[in-house]
Amino acid sequence: MALEIPKALEKEIDERITHYPVSKRSAVLPVLHALQHHFGLISEEAVVWTAAKLELEPIKVLEVVTFYPGFRQSAPGKYHIRVCRTLACAMAGGHELMESLCAAGKIDRSGVTHHHPIAVGADGKFSIEFAECLASCGTGPVCMVNDDFHENVTDASALLARYK
Amino acid sequence: MSDEQKPAVEMVDVQIDGEWHQFPKGTRMIEACRQAGRDVPHYCYHPKLSSPGNCRMCLVEMGMPPRPRPGEELKPDEDGHLPIQWIPRPAIACANTVAPNMGIRTDSELTRACRHGVMELLLINHPLDCPICDQAGECRLQEFSVEHGNGASRFRENKVKKPKNVAIGPRVRLDDERCIMCSRCIRFADEIADDPVLGFTDRGSHTTLAVHPGRELANNYSLNTVDICPVGALTSNDFRFQMRVWFLKETESICTSCGRGCNLTIGGREGEVHRLTPRQNDAVNSAWMCDHGRLNFHYLNSELRLTDPLIRGEAGHETATWAQALKTAAAALAGFGPNEVAVIASGRLTNEELFMARQFAAAVKSEFIDIVPRLGEADDYLAAADRNPNTLGAKLILGLENPGAGLKSIRDGIAQGRIKALVALQENLVDDAGFSAGDLGKLEFLLATYPLANPTAEAADVVLPGAGFAEKRGSMINLTGRLQRLNRAHAGPGQTREPWEILRDLIQELGGGNGIYRADDVFAAMAAEIKEFAGLKLADLPADGVALLDTGETVPLLDRERERKAKGVIVG
Repeated sequence: MALEIPKALEKEIDERITHYPVSKRSAVLPVLHALQHHFGLISEEAVVWTAAKLELEPIKVLEVVTFYPGFRQSAPGKYHIRVCRTLACAMAGGHELMESLCAAGKIDRSGVTHHHPIAVGADGKFSIEFAECLASCGTGPVCMVNDDFHENVTDASALLARYK
Repeated sequence: MSDEQKPAVEMVDVQIDGEWHQFPKGTRMIEACRQAGRDVPHYCYHPKLSSPGNCRMCLVEMGMPPRPRPGEELKPDEDGHLPIQWIPRPAIACANTVAPNMGIRTDSELTRACRHGVMELLLINHPLDCPICDQAGECRLQEFSVEHGNGASRFRENKVKKPKNVAIGPRVRLDDERCIMCSRCIRFADEIADDPVLGFTDRGSHTTLAVHPGRELANNYSLNTVDICPVGALTSNDFRFQMRVWFLKETESICTSCGRGCNLTIGGREGEVHRLTPRQNDAVNSAWMCDHGRLNFHYLNSELRLTDPLIRGEAGHETATWAQALKTAAAALAGFGPNEVAVIASGRLTNEELFMARQFAAAVKSEFIDIVPRLGEADDYLAAADRNPNTLGAKLILGLENPGAGLKSIRDGIAQGRIKALVALQENLVDDAGFSAGDLGKLEFLLATYPLANPTAEAADVVLPGAGFAEKRGSMINLTGRLQRLNRAHAGPGQTREPWEILRDLIQELGGGNGIYRADDVFAAMAAEIKEFAGLKLADLPADGVALLDTGETVPLLDRERERKAKGVIVG
């Protein structure tokens, strides 16, 4: 699948690269953010495109993509849920929240591994993954749905019902 | 001090394990300790590469003079040294430099505890498959385990699984579970080979050395990554599973695949070469060599090796003894008049062999002597365009201005019948020197020496098995004018003899004894006649050679290394 970069996106990326006059390599993160924002994930084609854009070997971009959990190499659902599993939330029921969200969103997490952390429901509406601390340790368990933040989540069905 | 003079390097006093030493300012702590005879174990540090300081194996205890209280002054002891206040946290010795009045402890309780802890961490996910690992016997992880490790593992969980047996290039294979993430190979690819195809993916608990899908580590210097890999993560397709390294007999020699003359170590056993590895020489090849030269030894173990002298009889070539073959050859050659014999020597011959070839040409009253030029493509690293290892020796000893220029007149002489006999020394005239079978057919007598059966030997009246580079002793002059010695790893197969011996025996048959019994005797005779060699002895040549001629030739890789060293990026 060939990657099609819209003109406006490429213009934005080119502008971001100008912020790093000493070494183009420093622009890897901003370029990847722009690509993931547009495509929803960083595909293999996007890695190669970024490398060519910044005059790097593709492995030097793949290193960055695979380091940050924030960069996805597989497509998420329409609504992507991040459930906190760091200590405070884990003690407040983060893992139970994960289970109830999966049940409510009809998501099967049995295929999740270290290298494939995201599970997507069969209908593609919801996807879910564990995240590290979302910075609200006093109000756990917490999760994010796309960019919305939810605290003290007890009723998974009610939460997902808000997303059509 | 005049402006041209460089300022003298400031020396600093450093206490290492209780003893005071002096080092130039800027010396890395690890190098200072090494020079003081207190080696610090390390994995990621390599003097020819940048120092990321990521393996933590070189942690040492460090101390500096305490900062005096206001009004207080530190009192130096009778030697002028200030007291040392030891810092409770260890420091890496590879990336820090010495400072005045610094103290280093390489054997303190803290240092030992650090090494112990680092070893335990490195071994947590290591597969411990030493019995089937090629690196066993020359593995830093094994060695430091013995010296600094724990006898048993406390780890009860499951080890991380990573990719195994990955072909990351045509010549290099990767086992990611053995990798300790020192990043030497990545830095070699980035900094030396300019082919940055290696990287770490999934950094964290699953850090994986990888090439990008569809890319490969295929440059002509890729096998150096196998040498610098401190563990068995990178292995050579060519050498893996061939021989346990502790069985290898190591012989210091030089590469004969081009005019660079890279210093190398021959790893051989029972008459067979198993591998060649570069040997550090900062005036020739730094610590590297090209894959082409490194793998160019398999012909020595080939089934085509000539093992006995051959004489052409009624029914083709027949095996003969050396005495018969030499007598036959000498009798035939003695029957020709002045300049009816031509000698084609080789740029692959040692100086000693070339000197004997010159004597031999005189013995058969021939002025026709030349070598076969061999040109390839130079790269911007080590490989030279001149693929003969000893062109300079041939120029100097045979007095050739333009090596190869005389080949045409020899061919013409054969065609016109003026030259009636030809002696080919370690050259395949048909495949490498543009002689046709027709040319050779016109000769009344053809003598060929070579390690392998080939069309020239096929056409020869007498064939003598000549030793290959690992099977002979002698010297060569590389393109920068450096005189270096080849040492014999083992005798060639069967009745093979070194070319200088063959020539000596032929000369003896033709005209009597010459008092030469060893390659060293040839060198001595040569040193007496050729002023460039005056005062030198073959046995006394140092392992890294001596600068003999000034040719003005520079080595691109060494130029870049000097630049990086001057900038302090590498130790060098």
